[in-house]
Amino acid sequence: MYKILKAEELTANIYLMVVEAPRVAGSCQPGQFVIVRTDADGERIPLTICDYDRESGTVTIVVQVVGAATRMMCRLKTGDSFHDFVGPLGRPSDFVSEDIESLRKKKILFVAGGLGTAPVYPQVKWLHERGVDADVIMGAKTKDLLIMEEEMKAVAGNLYVTTDDGSYGRSGMVTKVIDDLITDEGKSYDVCVAIGPMIMMKFVCLTTAKYNLPTVVSMNPIMVDGTGMCGACRLTVDGEVKFACVDGPEFDGHKVDFDQAMKRQQIYKTEEGRAFLKAQEGDTHHGGCGNCGGND
Amino acid sequence: MQTDVLKKVPVREQEAKVRAANFEEVCLGYDKEEAMCEAGRCINCKNAQCIKGCPVAINIPGFIEKVKEGDIAAAYQIISESSALPAVCGRVCPQESQCEGKCIRGIKGEPISIGKLERFVADWARENGIKPEGAKEKKGKKVAVIGSGPSGLTCAGDLAKMGYDVTIFEALHEPGGVLVYGIPEFRLPKRDVVEKEIENVKSLGVKIETNVVIGKSVTIDELLSEEGFSAVFIGSGAGLPKFMGIPGEQANGVFSANEYLTRSNLMKAFDEDSNTPIMRGRKVAVVGGGNVAMDAARTALRLGAEVHIVYRRSEEELPARVEEVHHAKEEGIIFDLLTNPTEILEDENGWVCGMKCVRMELGEPDASGRRRPVVIEGSEFTMEVDTVIMSLGTSPNPLISSTTEGLEVNKYQCIVADEEFGRTTKEGVYAGGDAVTGAATVILAMGAGKAAARGIDEYLSK
Repeated sequence: MYKILKAEELTANIYLMVVEAPRVAGSCQPGQFVIVRTDADGERIPLTICDYDRESGTVTIVVQVVGAATRMMCRLKTGDSFHDFVGPLGRPSDFVSEDIESLRKKKILFVAGGLGTAPVYPQVKWLHERGVDADVIMGAKTKDLLIMEEEMKAVAGNLYVTTDDGSYGRSGMVTKVIDDLITDEGKSYDVCVAIGPMIMMKFVCLTTAKYNLPTVVSMNPIMVDGTGMCGACRLTVDGEVKFACVDGPEFDGHKVDFDQAMKRQQIYKTEEGRAFLKAQEGDTHHGGCGNCGGND
Repeated sequence: MQTDVLKKVPVREQEAKVRAANFEEVCLGYDKEEAMCEAGRCINCKNAQCIKGCPVAINIPGFIEKVKEGDIAAAYQIISESSALPAVCGRVCPQESQCEGKCIRGIKGEPISIGKLERFVADWARENGIKPEGAKEKKGKKVAVIGSGPSGLTCAGDLAKMGYDVTIFEALHEPGGVLVYGIPEFRLPKRDVVEKEIENVKSLGVKIETNVVIGKSVTIDELLSEEGFSAVFIGSGAGLPKFMGIPGEQANGVFSANEYLTRSNLMKAFDEDSNTPIMRGRKVAVVGGGNVAMDAARTALRLGAEVHIVYRRSEEELPARVEEVHHAKEEGIIFDLLTNPTEILEDENGWVCGMKCVRMELGEPDASGRRRPVVIEGSEFTMEVDTVIMSLGTSPNPLISSTTEGLEVNKYQCIVADEEFGRTTKEGVYAGGDAVTGAATVILAMGAGKAAARGIDEYLSK
């Protein structure tokens, strides 16, 4: 069992949890993820690592309620425990193994969309601790959905916050901010790291391609084991089949087949929706999901 | 009970029509009377060939003699000297090509039903609370075992019996490896058989730490230098599922058999109350002809689909156990043999709607000694399916080999280890099972785990 030392609601339906997991905390690096199960019957949920503390043996995760399993997970309070917490999985970000001197000369732009702020944070923090200040664009649909702004401000070089509806910070999508920074504000970058919903990463890649700006994305497809056994997370990168769990999760964004990846994310949409409705409605579920006749 | 001495005492099974719609065990096994009667057919050969056919060299005539006498507890202790998982092996070993294949009785009639007798003895011991005997003296040395599948459990059990302090590290949330994620409930019950056999291994003093991915959570070098282990056995199993490389394979509704079976077995997706989803196809094609293909096909059938096995060679070359093919046919699986897919067709939303195939014929033998399948010109046709399950084997997982200095792999990326003791190219590190051989059987992995236990003991006794 893996004890939750702190559980906090960051904003509606988004929760931050600090979990006691010494093996993961001792070996994880920016870019990697964990798989978590709430209870003995729980689904295996891949989640990005938001922060870690090697001394105290803790790992911080950020979870958004999107289905039955994440809903169960977010009901847990400080002092409760996860049944399983395994990792770190996937490969660390490439820059972790780069020569630090050449890294200090690079101008890096991070683009974090929505929940993508959580995995971007440990990367920016890692760089900051080594004297590399990266610029960060943080975007959300609206002001209430922004998370970790203060934390990010403390480790980023320049932080540009934007909301789609203009309720806070700049107004518009993250792609607009990229355009504005590069074309109007005279910024130039050597590499971009974009993490967020697949549709956002796709459009960031289309934008950065215009400027020949190499772009790394972190893919979050459906997974089961997360160790290279099941192949559910396969995607096409530069015409080749890759497994996000062992070959990624980070890939060259300009080579990822996003349309296929987004289509593959829909595989269990009806099954998941059904499970979610069933969990929410309990015994009163009578087939409102449109896919079943209630409990039969 | 009177029987024809040339024939096996028949074993009771769930009727095919009934079992095709449930996940309960297919074979019901012998009772004591049936087992004693079957044991009575054994002629107790002096130079027993069956033992030579057993990868873990169980004293087969020895335990059968005890069954004949009705002393099942004694029979169990004889099996336990050689096997940590008799209830599993009695169910999943390919006996026809091992012990039973060598049985002298088999020359003139049917061989002794060794597998069913082993299963009976193990089940009886479990029901009567009999446990294997543990070590009398401790050696005071720690050994790490990576993976809790058949090779890891066997190696750990043997080392514990020798007195070593053994810890198994398992990447998944439940121990058992392929016994839990791969082989379905209807062939190998999890709670009553697998869990109990793992408890037996634990009762020998073996510790199991789940949720540890060696190569990620901790490396082999760290286990040796920082966590006080004197030797390591790698039994990390098969690996990444293979796909055919044909167009349409990324369509929604194409799964690896590993994914499909893991969802159903480990995550219990066959149960409506499970939180893990699984595709319940209407018409499913399973591509491949091994045990895993049979397991996937029979799972899909139980989830309500019409199921076709699509295999490019003929029935004779099917690598699956004879019993699995027989059971699959009885249950209504359709075998499309000498058939090979060339393309998976998707509808406008990216879902599988069909599979283009060609007919094959057998030509000259290839490197494997099997006759090479050759495409029949102009034989292309389309099968209408909504789900395709690829069961084409696996290629080794690089997680451990890429993070362990000095551990050599061969051109197939399998860990190099000698057959006699499982020695790798790194001192103190041993390996066995699918991580070394590529996908094979439970019992071969157990044989390798056993050999490595002897190797580790010899190394640590120096």
